[in-house]
Amino acid sequence: MKLVFEKSVPNRRGVRTSPSDVPTSINIKSELLRGSTPTLPELSELDVVRHFTQLCQRNFGVDTNFYPLGSCTMKYNPKVADRIASYPGFAHIHPLLPQLRLGGMLTQGALQVLYETDMLLREITGMAGYTMQPMAGAHGELTGMMIMAAYHRDKGNHKKTVLIPDSAHGTNPASAAIAGFKVKTIPSKDGVMDLDAVKESLNDDIAGVMLTCPNTLGLFNPHIRQLCDLIHSVDGLAYYDGANLNAIVGQARPGDFGFDIVHLNLHKTFATPHGGGGPGAGPVGVCQRLVDYLPVSIVIKRDDGTYALEYDRPKSIGYVAPFYGNFAVVLRAYVYMLMLGAKGLKRVAENAVLNANYIRHKLKDYYKIAYDRVCMHECVFSTTAKMAENGIRAVDIAKALIDRGFHPPTVYFPTIVRESMMIEPTETESMETLDAFIDAMIEIAELAQSDPEKLKAAPEKATVNRPDETKAAKELDIASL
Amino acid sequence: MPFISNTDQQRHQMLEAIGMTMDGLFADIPQELMTNSLNLPKSMTEQQVRSHLAEMAGKNHIDLTCFLGGGFYDHFIPAAVYSIVSRSEFYTAYTPYQPELSQGTLQAIYEFQSSVCRLTDMEVSNASLYDGGTAIYEAMMMALRITRRNKIVIDDSVNPIYRVMMDSYTQNLKIELEQTTSIDGLANREAILDKLDDKTAAVILQNPNFFGCIDDFTDIAQAAHEKGALLIVSTYPISLGILKTPGQMGADIVTGEGQSLGLPMSFGGPYLGFMASRKKFVRQMPGRIVGRTTDRQDRRSFVLTLQPREQHIRRDKATSNICSNEALCALTALVYLSLMGKEGLKETAQLCADKASYAYQRITAIPGVEAHFRSKWFFNEFVVDLPCDAADVVAKLIEKGFAAGFPLRRYYNDMENSLLISVTEKRSKQQIGLLAEALESVL
Repeated sequence: MKLVFEKSVPNRRGVRTSPSDVPTSINIKSELLRGSTPTLPELSELDVVRHFTQLCQRNFGVDTNFYPLGSCTMKYNPKVADRIASYPGFAHIHPLLPQLRLGGMLTQGALQVLYETDMLLREITGMAGYTMQPMAGAHGELTGMMIMAAYHRDKGNHKKTVLIPDSAHGTNPASAAIAGFKVKTIPSKDGVMDLDAVKESLNDDIAGVMLTCPNTLGLFNPHIRQLCDLIHSVDGLAYYDGANLNAIVGQARPGDFGFDIVHLNLHKTFATPHGGGGPGAGPVGVCQRLVDYLPVSIVIKRDDGTYALEYDRPKSIGYVAPFYGNFAVVLRAYVYMLMLGAKGLKRVAENAVLNANYIRHKLKDYYKIAYDRVCMHECVFSTTAKMAENGIRAVDIAKALIDRGFHPPTVYFPTIVRESMMIEPTETESMETLDAFIDAMIEIAELAQSDPEKLKAAPEKATVNRPDETKAAKELDIASL
Repeated sequence: MPFISNTDQQRHQMLEAIGMTMDGLFADIPQELMTNSLNLPKSMTEQQVRSHLAEMAGKNHIDLTCFLGGGFYDHFIPAAVYSIVSRSEFYTAYTPYQPELSQGTLQAIYEFQSSVCRLTDMEVSNASLYDGGTAIYEAMMMALRITRRNKIVIDDSVNPIYRVMMDSYTQNLKIELEQTTSIDGLANREAILDKLDDKTAAVILQNPNFFGCIDDFTDIAQAAHEKGALLIVSTYPISLGILKTPGQMGADIVTGEGQSLGLPMSFGGPYLGFMASRKKFVRQMPGRIVGRTTDRQDRRSFVLTLQPREQHIRRDKATSNICSNEALCALTALVYLSLMGKEGLKETAQLCADKASYAYQRITAIPGVEAHFRSKWFFNEFVVDLPCDAADVVAKLIEKGFAAGFPLRRYYNDMENSLLISVTEKRSKQQIGLLAEALESVL
């Protein structure tokens, strides 16, 4: 398909700007000007609408069909949340307004959204306070690790090492590193962080542990409480990566497991749209002894029932975002929580776990299952020895699924499982959808024996077929200038 | 139950099929860690939640005439922008890991990267960062990696909202962050040259700067390069419809906040950080990058590229921890720029400058109100000195229906009477006149 720039026609206009109604026309001195107009496309509104409509038809979203991308929680995003985020009373508030004197009283509705979301998340996760500032999950991780660093600095601890399991998302070690920590990778045993290896690694240099529970294999660590206790025994802090909270939301709370810092991915558990790779939101919650380190500002409720921003936080790590985080994303999550309530959230986890186990059970005779035990919200398969003999890899299964109308699972992650396929169905999908997916997976498994070349040729029905990634990196073309 | 498709009957059927009970599925969680019941408000229906939230939205006063800026602006947004980005094929997708199902998102990101390069006169760009502030932080980290040095010089005319973020982010890293004090609204050459040495990784500046003043950093770029340091410039994309570009000045890394490109103000987010640089630095760039290639049938295709820089491969050695970025906001900016086109963006930038200039004339004509800087050139924002505390005046003008600007004392101790006034193409001559009259009446 042509680029938007290639469709440009000289002198065509998409927007007519309003004529100037002021008498001045300022001539900024020429040394300060660019001298030419930026080479943006010249298109009519129809041209632009067609271009992007055609582009979106070359895309696949949750609304298109089943999207079991493991660890990403691609659940249905309720439309009402988008509608509410577009209410002018929310969409058109200037973020500096509450920083003006009397200005806080002009944004009471927005401050209430932030305050009540904080309260709901506290109750759901068992934490003592939240910041809404982090703008994505990884940003939450960095914020959380900055809080960990501030805690140790404040206590005069010279602790530099963070323990992270080998099954962790890459963001965990990356976030720990840019918060100034060294990372020690802990191997997994029976699919979860090895408690003995943690014990052996414990020393005065251990600042904390960072983990996902259930982890990226979809397994809940039954010794999670002991693990947190062990870390606390050397004055370390336990960090909970909330990427997989969907498995336990409404059923159990990371605060009760002993975690000190939690980040949540509102775009996963709380159903805000993923946007093709963001915007997300990654609020961070902490236990009571860490509340003082939360970023500036936080929303408080005054005795008279009004809401205000609190800036006087001397122990705070400071600002991690310009304002109050991705407000319109937080707002969508707030709407979702209000609509589900306690019972609804409990049902989310039940159905997410049931759907994952249904798939696990129905496919385990056709694919190699990484850990043959009950899973939580996702399950991890890999190709069988017989498939490997025929040269079939996880990528071939993924591409064959595309021809059958499904988004593939996450492939080649977690890296500790060879040729891995991580399937997370989420609670919003119906049994009929799961059955159709299972049938497709079984058909593909059979094709891997009867006609492996057909799988290697897939996908045939997509707009492109296995773009050359090596060429992309080698002949680097990342902008049309 | 909302948003869950399976009926109770189907749940039973499924449990039966797998030979499990619901309790059995959660058996790995120790019983003492299970929650009996959460204390949450009673669930609402769609009708209830809409009326509840409409009431809360009503408590936000969006009827004030807005002269607040500070890096975040009330620009006009064509209706087609919202229509296009509301296509759920775009907004319910995720990071384009499977290129065959994501050519829409991937091509759009490639076009976004191209637009950012065309606007800033740079060679390469990434798929977006969280916001303008984290973009400066990432640019700083990139400069440290490129130069293997650890000192950063930043002028106080860079948005203070971003400078306080830099203070937080550098706390745990061994970075010398040195600040210079601007002179008469422009970057302090003397102090910057004085601090530039062979330990300096980068100088960070902003144009137009936080005070709205227009500068040209060509001289500073040269001085930085002579010392082996980089120049990082944070910019305001609308202004690039007319103003000299960071590329023309010799900048090495360019960042900015893209909110002005079709994104509503939304009380602070989601916004859009962007970053562009010279091509030779691309392997040190953070975040997703989309590249053009061909598929098995030699068709033009787009994929995520240079992934070995990223956290999912390099883990603690990655160029950044960023995973999700602001893809839908980048799409919004691209659609906005495509609709505005080269003439539309230029006209919008000129309108902003003209209206700000008119407002400047009207407001500085008020007895007792003075221009703060001698510097004559500003884009769509300017600083005036009032005869009394600017915060008091702004509070009085709120009662008259104006968000009159941003009192600068919050970030600049010696500017307690100074007010930063911002004007976009949305403000009319009449609104500007009413602001001037109201201001005069409360002084």
